[in-house]
Amino acid sequence: MKDIHLIALTVNGTEHEIVVESRRTLADVLRHDLGYTGTHVGCEHGICGACTVLLDGQPVRACLIFGVQADGCEVRTVEGLADGDELSDLQKAFSRCHGLQCGFCTPGFLMLAEAYLSEQDGVPDESEVREVMAANLCRCTGYQGIVDAVRQVAEERAG
Amino acid sequence: MTAIGERLPRKEDSRLLRGLGRFCDDQDRAGQVWMRVVRSPIAHGRLVSVRKPGNAASGSVVTAEDLPPGVRIPVRLNVQGIDLTDHLQPVLAAGEVRYVGEPVAVVIADDPYEAEDIAERVEVEIDELPVTVDTAAGTLAAEFELGYGDVASAFAQAAHVVGIEFDIGRHSAVPLEPRALLADVDPATGALQIFGMTKVPVFNRDVLAGMLGIDEHLIHVHAMDTGGGFGVRGEFYPEDFLVGWLARKLRRPVKWVEDRAEHLVAVNHSRQQHHVISAAFDENGTLLGLKDDVLHDNGAYARTHGIIVPELTLAMLPGPYRVPAFHGRIRVMLTNKTPCGTYRAPGRFEGTSVREQLFDVAADRMGVDRVELRRRNLLTADELPHTRAMSTLGTDVVLDSGDYVGLLDKAVVEADRLGYQSQLESLRARGHTAGLGVAVFLEKSGLGPQETADVVVGTSGEVRVHSGGTSLGQGIETVLAQVTADALTVDPAVVTVVNGDTVLQPFGGGSWASRSTVVGGSAVHKAALAVRERAIQLAARMLEVSEDDLDVTAGAIGVKGAPGTSVSYAEVAKAARPGSPHLRDDEPAGLSARRRFEVEHMTYPYGVHFALVDVDTGTGHVKVLRYLVAYEVGRAINPTLVEGQLLGGVAQGVGGALLEEFRYDDAGQPQAVTFMDYRMPTAAELPHVDILVAQDAPAPGNPLGVKGAGEGGVTAAGASIAGAIRDALSLTGPVGRLPMTAERVRGLIEEGT
Repeated sequence: MKDIHLIALTVNGTEHEIVVESRRTLADVLRHDLGYTGTHVGCEHGICGACTVLLDGQPVRACLIFGVQADGCEVRTVEGLADGDELSDLQKAFSRCHGLQCGFCTPGFLMLAEAYLSEQDGVPDESEVREVMAANLCRCTGYQGIVDAVRQVAEERAG
Repeated sequence: MTAIGERLPRKEDSRLLRGLGRFCDDQDRAGQVWMRVVRSPIAHGRLVSVRKPGNAASGSVVTAEDLPPGVRIPVRLNVQGIDLTDHLQPVLAAGEVRYVGEPVAVVIADDPYEAEDIAERVEVEIDELPVTVDTAAGTLAAEFELGYGDVASAFAQAAHVVGIEFDIGRHSAVPLEPRALLADVDPATGALQIFGMTKVPVFNRDVLAGMLGIDEHLIHVHAMDTGGGFGVRGEFYPEDFLVGWLARKLRRPVKWVEDRAEHLVAVNHSRQQHHVISAAFDENGTLLGLKDDVLHDNGAYARTHGIIVPELTLAMLPGPYRVPAFHGRIRVMLTNKTPCGTYRAPGRFEGTSVREQLFDVAADRMGVDRVELRRRNLLTADELPHTRAMSTLGTDVVLDSGDYVGLLDKAVVEADRLGYQSQLESLRARGHTAGLGVAVFLEKSGLGPQETADVVVGTSGEVRVHSGGTSLGQGIETVLAQVTADALTVDPAVVTVVNGDTVLQPFGGGSWASRSTVVGGSAVHKAALAVRERAIQLAARMLEVSEDDLDVTAGAIGVKGAPGTSVSYAEVAKAARPGSPHLRDDEPAGLSARRRFEVEHMTYPYGVHFALVDVDTGTGHVKVLRYLVAYEVGRAINPTLVEGQLLGGVAQGVGGALLEEFRYDDAGQPQAVTFMDYRMPTAAELPHVDILVAQDAPAPGNPLGVKGAGEGGVTAAGASIAGAIRDALSLTGPVGRLPMTAERVRGLIEEGT
């Protein structure tokens, strides 16, 4: 007997009502029920961070959150970063700095960085950015372009 | 105007940054079932029975008994004439299980959660048998020797003989995207559409067709985005058969996505070798001979790579050096561990680590500077091309072009300029246990023998390239667009590259062995030049001038010296449609060309790595403070992407040198089945990496002059870090093994060797 719940959540400003099993992860709800496939699942145990989304503004691992826990919440995913065809400053910086290769971890890094940058006043030094970005795993880039991109955006936003 | 050499933004980025890439698990099909693999929890045993849970639907559990009899995964690359038939992995275990993680059954359900529930309740009865974890105690699957020259006399007349033993730990690629496959089936014909096969889609299509007993044209493998490859992903695994076979049997789409715990025991491991290596030098430190005796742990079975990692280990061991006599022997051992295959720089990461550590020990013993010993023994530019009386991957080893000494000197100057030496001295003055490592290496790339490409111009002027490579994250779409734009004289923005679709490119060789830019790019170059020629031919008819009077400028074919008199590629493409007055009766319609590039030998890039490390003698922790890669690439189509390949390689190399290892307990139970135990480097474990890309020695064997860039970041990372730790600890002998985990560094400090 499945334990079924009706939940309502907002994803990138769009409201969704959906029936989900209690054990279904937020990652699966976003990807397979609502079609936000930009959020990727790399380990299912909360280490790699590829599934990082913003839940009411805070970065969370969508593989460690159940869909029912997002009931009544606002979720922000990678699909919500660009303004139409116009990439966000962070997305542009990732491309400019070659901060992505296969692109699988990229949505998680973008959301992690977005949350981190939103709390920044000044320009963090490289070691701090490395410590924060160490929350997620990338297997392609060696992180150099990711770290550079985050620092550049911090500088741009600090004016 | 040329697009080659430009740091163009990647074509892949826009979709990937928006979350609009197309990875396999992003797709679902109406009516699909989910497959879940039941894996052996025991390392070695007699498989007595596999029982479906009482309440599971009939047909929901499939075992070896349900499959065609005797289906095994074939070897993709046969070398050395060694038959591995007896050691091939069955699709599902029958009679015996040989490693933890071996597939014994699959479960089918409408929902992945249900499939996992059922899989956990499948009763697998196994009578345990003795387990072999130790490589030396394994079963000998293959043994062979490679070499040339009189090694015995080289060692007999040597003034110095230096030998070491060295172990390379078992680790692997671990791409961020777990494997995934979706097979959609046409219920009427049984034709399959497969998503998620990467790396060698045409080869895998043919293997699957052969195993299913159907024509290969009934299988369409689609182009996909892929979350990293690095050698392991996209080989033909048991699941590649099961998904297609089930879809045809059930006449329903079948989807399978592995989880990370499965990935870490199911996907090819790599690297595990034990070397006993020695070198003979004359009184001046000149190499007279080199010999190596290797034990290679291949895990429980021979998979698609057969014994190419062992072969590459020996064939590439002499590296960029002048080695008058060489002898290598390798024994390939089977143990009760996950089977092995290639991982980025296969055989070279291992061999380079061992050889360069040997040279460090030898330099100290002979009282020669480490860099000077290398400089003295590197082949000089005058000595190239240099043929070694060995072959690998079915091709002779002919070191094609380069200036190894020149690059070493450049790297030394660059490291000094960047302050590596002064930082080392300053650290030591402040009481730090710091060390600098240097390693020189030879890479190989551009394995052919052939690659095919199609270039097609649409009536809007858009150019499509159907290449035989696959997109694994390396940016090959961008690189091939630049090659095409250069040949056609068009803007790279109008070029779209489709990789790895077996209908659009039925003869593709895939992306592996750093071959995509070299052979894939050369095929695209030839096809694009053919399209350009054809466009000029048709434009001459359209403009009623001689072909000799025409030239291509910025995407338009026009009369030389007569501005305004030109036709665009789009107009030519329209004039090439059926019914066009410009098309002759015996000519095919369309503005397109398919061309094949064939090459006899590989091309050999090379490089130098420097690592500056700081060892915490209390904890054994090794911090990599600085890292420099100098790499000769022949010609960089897109320098940013070359640098990116090298940066990523360094990160993986640091992992293999310090952190990553698949360990097993005595019962053959894997000890690294999560990312808590399998420790890949994060941004905090890596320094800013300095890169020097040299373009001094174009490859003579391909029209672009390019050498592969995919592997040179990782090849010497084990070697340079091992050398740096040895330098920091002032060891007289070798560090002895990789990865140098904190525990092992502490061990070395306590031994005081």
